[in-house]
Parts: sequence; C-alpha cells; structure tokens
Amino acid sequence: MPVTAYPALAAAGFRRYSAYRAATAAGALANTVFGAVKAAVLTGTVVAAGGSVAGYGVAQAATFAWLSQALLAPVSVFADDRLARRVRTGDVAVDLARPVDPQLAAWADDLGRAAFQLLPRGLPPLLVGALTTGLVLPPEPAGYLLGCASLVLGVSVSFALRWAVNLTAFWLIDVRGVLLLYTVCATVLTGLAVPVAWFPPWLAALAAATPFPSVLQAPADVFTGVVTGAAALRVVAVQTAWLVVVLAAGRLLLAAGSRRLVVQGG
Amino acid sequence: MSAPALEVQDLVREYVLRVRRGRFRRQRRVVRAVDGLSLRVERGESVGFIGANGAGKSTTVKLLTGILVPTSGTVRTCGLDPAPNRRDLARRIGVVFGQRSQLWWDLPLAESFRLLAAIHGLPGARWRARRDELADRLDMDAFLGTPVRQLSLGQRMRGEVAAALLHSPELLLLDEPTIGLDVLSSERLRRFLRSEREAHGTTLLLTTHDMGDVQRLCDRVLVVDSGRLAYDGDLPGLARRVGARRVLVVDLREPVPPLHVPGADLVAVEAEGLRQRLAFDPTATTAAEVLAGVSRLAEVRDLSVEEPDVADVVRQLYASARR
Repeated sequence: MPVTAYPALAAAGFRRYSAYRAATAAGALANTVFGAVKAAVLTGTVVAAGGSVAGYGVAQAATFAWLSQALLAPVSVFADDRLARRVRTGDVAVDLARPVDPQLAAWADDLGRAAFQLLPRGLPPLLVGALTTGLVLPPEPAGYLLGCASLVLGVSVSFALRWAVNLTAFWLIDVRGVLLLYTVCATVLTGLAVPVAWFPPWLAALAAATPFPSVLQAPADVFTGVVTGAAALRVVAVQTAWLVVVLAAGRLLLAAGSRRLVVQGG
Repeated sequence: MSAPALEVQDLVREYVLRVRRGRFRRQRRVVRAVDGLSLRVERGESVGFIGANGAGKSTTVKLLTGILVPTSGTVRTCGLDPAPNRRDLARRIGVVFGQRSQLWWDLPLAESFRLLAAIHGLPGARWRARRDELADRLDMDAFLGTPVRQLSLGQRMRGEVAAALLHSPELLLLDEPTIGLDVLSSERLRRFLRSEREAHGTTLLLTTHDMGDVQRLCDRVLVVDSGRLAYDGDLPGLARRVGARRVLVVDLREPVPPLHVPGADLVAVEAEGLRQRLAFDPTATTAAEVLAGVSRLAEVRDLSVEEPDVADVVRQLYASARR
C-alpha cells in the first residue's frame, strides 16, 4: 500500500469542502449565534449556583460554550450519511474497487474535512467569544499541544463512530432512523448541550461508558484547562483507547457486511 | 504470468429477498443471479458480455473484481481469488461502472488523476506521461481543469475510462461503458479502446446492450441468460445460431410495387412503395448482391443497412434455448 495515498486523500477531503464557501459561512453564523445563547445560559447557571459548577467558573463556562460551538463542525458531532448513501445507491462498489483500505481512506478524507472546517467554522465563534465574554486559554504551550492532540483524537473517534453507524446500511438500507438516534445521543453525551461534568451521576456514568465524551468534551476540557497535567494526559489516553475500540468495531462490521453485500441498483 | 485473465468455474451467487406477506410476516426468497457460470478468458482477448437486464452480467463483473463474494464456485482473476485479494487485484485491473463515478465529484478532473496516481502509488514521471497520453488520445485537454460535476456525460465517461486505465491495468472490465452516450461519443470511445488494446495488449471484458460495442470491439461474445452461459463464440456465429438477418433499406426514386429479390425477403413497404425493407442472411448473400437485385427492378436514391439488434439476437437465442 502506498503511504502517500492517505495524505493525498486527506488533502482531497480538505479541497472538497473548500468548494462550498456559502455553506461554510452559513454554518459559521449559526454556530456563533448558538454560541451566544449557550454562553448566556451556561454562565447564568454558574452565577445562580454561586459562582462554580463542577469545577467550571463563569469564565470557564463561557469558554466552554464558545469552544464547543467552534469545535462542533470540525469534530462533526452530528451524524452524516456519506457512506450510508453510497451503500444505498451502490456507489460503495467503486470504493471497494480501489486498492486502499476503505476505513483508512474514509478516515483520511474526514481528517481533511475537519482541517478545512477548523478555521472558517471555528474562528468566528471564538472571536465573538473573545470580544464579548472573554476566553480562558491554556497558560502554557504544552496545553495547546495536548489540546491539538486531543482535538485530532476527537475528530478521529467521531469519524470511527459515524463510519461504523453508517455501515448499518448494509443491513438496513434506510438508516435515517439510526442516524437520527445517533445525533440525539451524541448531542447530549458529547457534552455539546451541557458539559458532561454537570450531568446527574447516573447520566455521567452512562456517558463515561460511551466514546461520546471523547469526541467533544475531552478536547474542550484540555483546551480550557479544566483538566491539566496528569489528568489531561489521562483524558487523551482514554480517547486513544476509545479510538482503537471503535475503529476495530467498524472493521468487524465491514467484514461482516461485505460478506452479505448486495450492490444496490445493479 | 501464464494464468488466464479470467477463469470461472461453476460460479453461483444468490441474493436473499424479503417479500412482505401481510403486516408483519416477511417471506424469504432466494434469487440466483449467477447460476453455475463457467468461462475462461485468455490474456489479450476482447470479450463482449451480453444479455438481457437482470441476466447476471453486472453481478458477474462484481464477482470478478472481488466486490461481491460468491455463494459457491471459484473465480480467478489474473490468477487471484478476487474477494480475499480485492486490494491486490485492484492494482492490476481497471473497472468502469457506466452508471457510477469513480471521480471526485467536486474537484477538477485533473485532481482525480492525481489522487488515483497516489492511491496506486505510481511514480510521478510515469503517471504524468500516462495522463498526458490518455488526455491526448481521449481529447480531454479542454476540460481537465473543470470540476467533474460540471462535465457532460460524454466528457465524464472519457474521464472514467482514463481513470480506470491510468495505472495501465492488465485487464479492463467495463460495465455498460456506452450507456447514455450519443452515437458520436460511443464511437469515439470505442475507437480509443481499440487503440488502447493494440498499444498495450490490455484484456477487455465489457458488458453492454449495444451491438455496436460488440461489433467494433470484441472478438468473442458471451451471452448470459438467467445467470448461465447461453452462447460462447464469435459474433457472426451468434447471428448464424439464431439466424439473425441484416436488413437493407432502400429509398426509391419512384413508388414501385413490392420488390421481390432472390436471396432476400421483403419485410416492409413504406410510403406507398417509396421505401422498402429487405431482410437477408449475411452468411448466404451480401448487401451488394441484394442491392444489385433491387437496382434491376427500380432506381435507388438512397440506402442503409440495419444490423441485427443485440436485444433481438439475445431474445431469439433465449427463445431457442427454452424451446
């Protein structure tokens, strides 16, 4: 397998998304508006609770609100149906006729997508946040470095999850229900709505038993300095473990699915 | 490298359909798309794979490439068992699915070639030379910079074929390569495929509904019917087998009574005798002889010869097989 194939595929993923500028601008606007609402609600909650909720002060809650909105598109919290659509139309035959690993190829493409979306979808909410509520940023370079690693892992765990969920198309053909269920779970369990640390104990335990917090909560915590030092390294280790598990699950699903593959539409 | 390009033995592929019976009950029904198919294609051959819709052509192509796993039987493509060696095989064969695209929809066509070169690990100098050769012979220079989604179907198909050939595969599988193309575009594509074969000795297998494809491209014809091989031989042999006839259409200077010419049967008289159609068996006589016969009876203003339609030939072959 030529190793040059995957960087090239990632670059193609980047360029594919850069072709749609208006959609990107509209997405950034929506992320920013929701960021303002979320920052108001979360800081209001912290103030009402007497200045601190589960380790989040007012500034940290505001930063979390803006940062989670900034990362929402790059880590792709919501389900997409790219692979499921290819299974449903039979275009997956083309993917399987290539001399590349389908999962690694799709992963490279998704990293390219995330890399493109990072600045145009991430900067506007962060800029508005910095100008309105102010942002808490990691005090030292190591925090940024670990944050970046955590972000790449977050994108990757998210990819592995979405790819595996899309593979259910081999059995179901119409996966809209599954994808909707996924998006509902992800919205809550990734911490997109409310930080996972604020969950009641039973829901926090449930979230911790899933890979979802690794998608968004983990990089947000590392960047905002809610976790630092050894605790931050532990968060990244957990992300890595989930990545391995979910990628492996996806490969098992693909192996099972290819055996019963029916290429739709001739 | 003495293995044949394709070797298929007793190949079977079944699909399970679930048919609704009442509100909750589903009945399982097994359909055999490919039913005991055996064939062998040597390197360098050019084979047309024809048959009605649903005869099992596309399923067979996907079994040959390893995209589908056989229910039973054996397949060897370029000497490899396709399903477990799908990725190794993908480096040695090229596939064009006429109804699907392997190009990057949102990016300029040239980008797809660059990406495919990376995927196949082709050295820079080699793939650029190959791309230039393909662009030149398929006349693609004018639209290499155009995003694929903005290409016309004819342009895109040229791009698809070039994409399948960039890594110079030993075997090219084409599933309906001329579907939806106009006469000129399909003719251009066929001419290119002939020259590609001559230049590189590429083995060619194409499924098609278009007799023109088979006539212009293939030395050998395989006809499938219900997942089984119904004919294996050359095209004239197929026409002979079903007694397919060519039709001479003559437009006459003046209306004349129905023409009766030795060696041909009058099949239609149109425009009050101004146009008449005469069918003849190409193995027994020639278009020139029939035309000479017509000329003795009437003054010919214009003429054309209609080839037997592949669908008709296949239908007749199916009918004779079932009789």
